[in-house]
Amino acid sequence: MSALAGVSRIAYRRRASALHATRAPIVAAFGAALASSALIVENPVLLGALLMAVLVAAFAARIGRQILAAVRVTALPVVALIVLVNVLDNRGGLTVFARLGDWGVLGQVNLTVEAVVYGLVIALRLLVVMLACLLVVCAADPDELLLACRRISPRSALTATLATRLIPVLGRDAIRLAEAQRCRPDGGARGVRGKLEILRATVGGALDRSLDVAAVLEMRGYGARRRIPAARRALSRHDRAFAVSAVAVLGLSLLARLDGTGAFREFPLVHFSVDPWTFVLAGLTFAVALAPFLDRRGIEP
Amino acid sequence: MSVLAFENVSYRYPTAGSDALRDVSLSLAAGEFCVVVGLSGSGKSTLLRAAAGLVPHFHGGSFAGTVTVGGLDTREHTPAEIGAVVGTLLQDPETQIVMNTVRAELALALENLGGSSASVARGVEETSLALGIGHLLDRATGELSGGELQRVALAAALVARPSLVLLDEPTSQLDPVAGDELIWQLRRLNQEADTAVLLIEHRLERCLAAADRVVAMADGAIVCDSDPRGFLEWAAESAPTLQTPGARMLDLAGLRPPPSGVKQARATLRANGLLGDEDDAPTSPPASSVAAGPRKRLFQRAGRLLGKRDGGETPALSLRGVWHEIRDGPAILRGLDLRLRPGEPVVLMGRNGAGKSTLLRHAAGLLAPTRGSVERSGRVALLLQNPGDYFLHERVDAETTPAALELAGLTELGARHPRDLSGGQRQRLALAIVLGGEEPATVLALDEPTRGMDRMAKHVLAGWLSERAAAGLAVIVATHDAEFAAEFATRAVLLADGRVIADGPIEEILSGGWYFTTEAARILDGADGVLGPEQGAALLRARLAGDSQPAREHAAEEVRS
Repeated sequence: MSALAGVSRIAYRRRASALHATRAPIVAAFGAALASSALIVENPVLLGALLMAVLVAAFAARIGRQILAAVRVTALPVVALIVLVNVLDNRGGLTVFARLGDWGVLGQVNLTVEAVVYGLVIALRLLVVMLACLLVVCAADPDELLLACRRISPRSALTATLATRLIPVLGRDAIRLAEAQRCRPDGGARGVRGKLEILRATVGGALDRSLDVAAVLEMRGYGARRRIPAARRALSRHDRAFAVSAVAVLGLSLLARLDGTGAFREFPLVHFSVDPWTFVLAGLTFAVALAPFLDRRGIEP
Repeated sequence: MSVLAFENVSYRYPTAGSDALRDVSLSLAAGEFCVVVGLSGSGKSTLLRAAAGLVPHFHGGSFAGTVTVGGLDTREHTPAEIGAVVGTLLQDPETQIVMNTVRAELALALENLGGSSASVARGVEETSLALGIGHLLDRATGELSGGELQRVALAAALVARPSLVLLDEPTSQLDPVAGDELIWQLRRLNQEADTAVLLIEHRLERCLAAADRVVAMADGAIVCDSDPRGFLEWAAESAPTLQTPGARMLDLAGLRPPPSGVKQARATLRANGLLGDEDDAPTSPPASSVAAGPRKRLFQRAGRLLGKRDGGETPALSLRGVWHEIRDGPAILRGLDLRLRPGEPVVLMGRNGAGKSTLLRHAAGLLAPTRGSVERSGRVALLLQNPGDYFLHERVDAETTPAALELAGLTELGARHPRDLSGGQRQRLALAIVLGGEEPATVLALDEPTRGMDRMAKHVLAGWLSERAAAGLAVIVATHDAEFAAEFATRAVLLADGRVIADGPIEEILSGGWYFTTEAARILDGADGVLGPEQGAALLRARLAGDSQPAREHAAEEVRS
C-alpha cells in the first residue's frame, strides 16, 4: 500500500509557486535542460550542484515532499540496483578493496574503488534525471502539455492522454482491490504473492479501463481530425525567466563539457580535477537554475 | 424533425450468442425528453451506444439497419464526428473525465470542434455557469467528489451545445439531493434550450415527471413506447416491476389515473378525498436519539457504560465516540456512536461525503479510529461498492468455500469465470466470498449494493438480506436508495458531516423526510409511517372504506394477497 500511495502522489496539482505559474511547455523545457545537463557533465561536483538545484527547485515549487516520497518508491530502488550491478560487474578498476572469489557465471568478482565511484556517478546522474522528470510531472499542467503535443502529433498525444489519465485511475483501482482482499475472511494473500495477485487483477482491468477512457475521448470528438487553433498568450515574467534559466543551465553544461572543466575519469584509476573554475561553474549552474524562483509576483493559482 | 432515428436496427456484440438489439425502430423529435426503461440486460445501454455511434464503430459486431443522429448516418460517420451533435454521459464518472482540470475538461470538446480561443473560453464560462460549477473550473478533476465529477462530465457533454444528449444512469452514484439536482438541470436544459434528452434510468420515480415519453425495452426489443401515463398503464398490466412506487400504490388501491410523480398522485388522492386536511396532516415522530430528552440520554449513556442495550443483549457491533481525522485534512467521522443488535437490519443513509463508507470500513477493521473504539462480537463481513474487486481466480468455485457458494445459490456456476457472471450473480459471489471462511460473520456490512441494479434485482437482494437478518446476522447497508432500504431495514441511521443526526425505527426516520424518503411517503406526507407502496395502498383502501382499524387490517390483507 505504501508503494501505491507513493506512486499515486506523482500528479500535477496547481500550487502557489513561480514554476507552477509558468506555462507547461516551458516547465518541460526547464526540466529537460536540467536532465540533459546531468547527462552532459561528468564531474561529481557539477552533478552534485545539479542535484541540489533540482531538489531546492522542488521545495521552492512546494512539491519537495511529494517528490521525495515518490523518489523513495520509484528512483531509489533503481539507483541502488545500478550501483550494485556496476560494483559487481565492472572490471576496469585497479584499486581492489575486496576479493569475493569465483561467482560462477560472473566469474572472479573483485570489488574496486573505481567501480564503486563509477556506479555512484551513474546513480547520481540517473537521480538528477529522474528528479527533473518528477519535477516536470508535478509542476507542468499536463492538459497544456497535451494540447501542445496534439498540434504536433495527435496520435502520440492520444496515447499520452490515455496514459496520464489511466495511471491515477489504475492506482485507485489497485488500492480498491487491495482493500477488497483485506475484506476476505482470511485477509487475502499477503506479501509478494498478494501484491502480484493485485497487480495481475489491476493489469487485467486496465484494458477495460482504457477502452472506457478511449470511448469517452472519441465521443468528445478527439479523432475528428479538425485543426486545433493555437491559443495566443503573451509570455509572462515567469515564462521568460524559466526559459532563460533553461537555456543558461544547458549552456553552462555544454561549456563545461567543451572546455574540459572538471574533467573526470574513473578508470583505471579515479582522476578527479578540482580546480576553482569547476566550483565557480557549479555555483553558477545552481544560481541560474534557482534564480527564477526569487520572483514571487503573480504566483497564486 | 427527428434528431435521432433508428430504423429496423439489430445488433449483436462480437462474442455474444444472441442479439443485443432486435429490429428496433425509434424516432426522437427535437426537444423531446425520453426515458428508456427495462430490466438489466434488456438492451438499453446498447441502444444508447448505438445512438452515440460507439456501436458498431467502437465495439464491432454485426449491425443491421440504420441509425441517423442529427442527420448523420452512424455507419458513415465516426463517434468523433457524431460527437459534434450529440453529448453523451455514461454511468461511471471516473472514466468520463479525461483531463486534469475542470476548465480543460470542458474546453476539450470545443477545441476538438475547432473553435477559436474566444469561443472556447466563452463556451466553458457559460456552461459552467449554467450547471453551477463555476467555482470548480480551476479545481483538479482528481480532487472532485463523485457528485461533482458527474456534474463536470455532464457539463463536458453539453458544452458543445448538442441538439441531443444521451445519458446512461447518470444518477446511479449520486445521493438523492445530487440526483434530483441533475434531473432538474436536464429538465431545465430541455425546456430552455430545446435539447432532446434520451435518459436511461432505473429509478423512474426520479425522472418520470420530467419526461414526455417512455420507451420500455425487453430482450433487445422495444415493448412499449408511450407517454408516461400510457407507459404506467402498460406497466401495471404487463411489467409491474417497472412501475414507480407511487403508481404501484395507487394501482393497488384501485385508483386511476396512474401518476407520473408526487404532484399528480396527490392530485388524484385529493380528488378522491383521501388526502387529509393540511391541519390534520400527520407529522412523523422525531427521531429517537436526536429527540431523546436528558433522562433518555442518561439511560443510553448508562447502557453504553455497561456495554449492554435493550434488555442487556450484547451488541453485534459497537462504535463508541469514533473519530476519523485525516492528517492535514478534515475529520470524516466526529465522535460517532452506533450499536447493532444481532439480527438487526439497519440502513445507513446520508449525502455523499457524510461518512457512510468510512463508518463501514471502521466497522470491518479496515480503518483504525484516531479516537474512540470499535467492538465486534465476531467477524464483520464487508462488501464494498464494486463486487468485481473481490475476484482473483479463473473459476467461481476457486474463490470461496462450497458452503458459501451454496448459501449464495451459485453452486451450479462453479466452473464459470467470475467475470462472465451477470451483475446480480457477481454480487452474490462477492457476498459468498466475504461470508465464507471458518469463522462465521456476525455482522454483514454492504456499501451501496444497489448501484446499477434494476428493481427486480433489488427486491431479490432485499429478500436475501432479510433472510440473513432473520437467521441472526446483523446487517448494515449504506445506501442512497430509500425504496430498497424500506424493503428490508427496520432501523435507519442518518449521517451528516460524520455525525449521526437521526437514529430510530425506519418508519420514523424516513417517513417524514423529503430527500431521504420513499415516493409513497412523499405522496402520503409520511402518514402512519408508511414507506412502501403496499403499505400505502392498504392505508388508502382503509381510508376509502372508512378508516376503521378492522377496515385497515382487511385492506392490508387484501393488498398482501
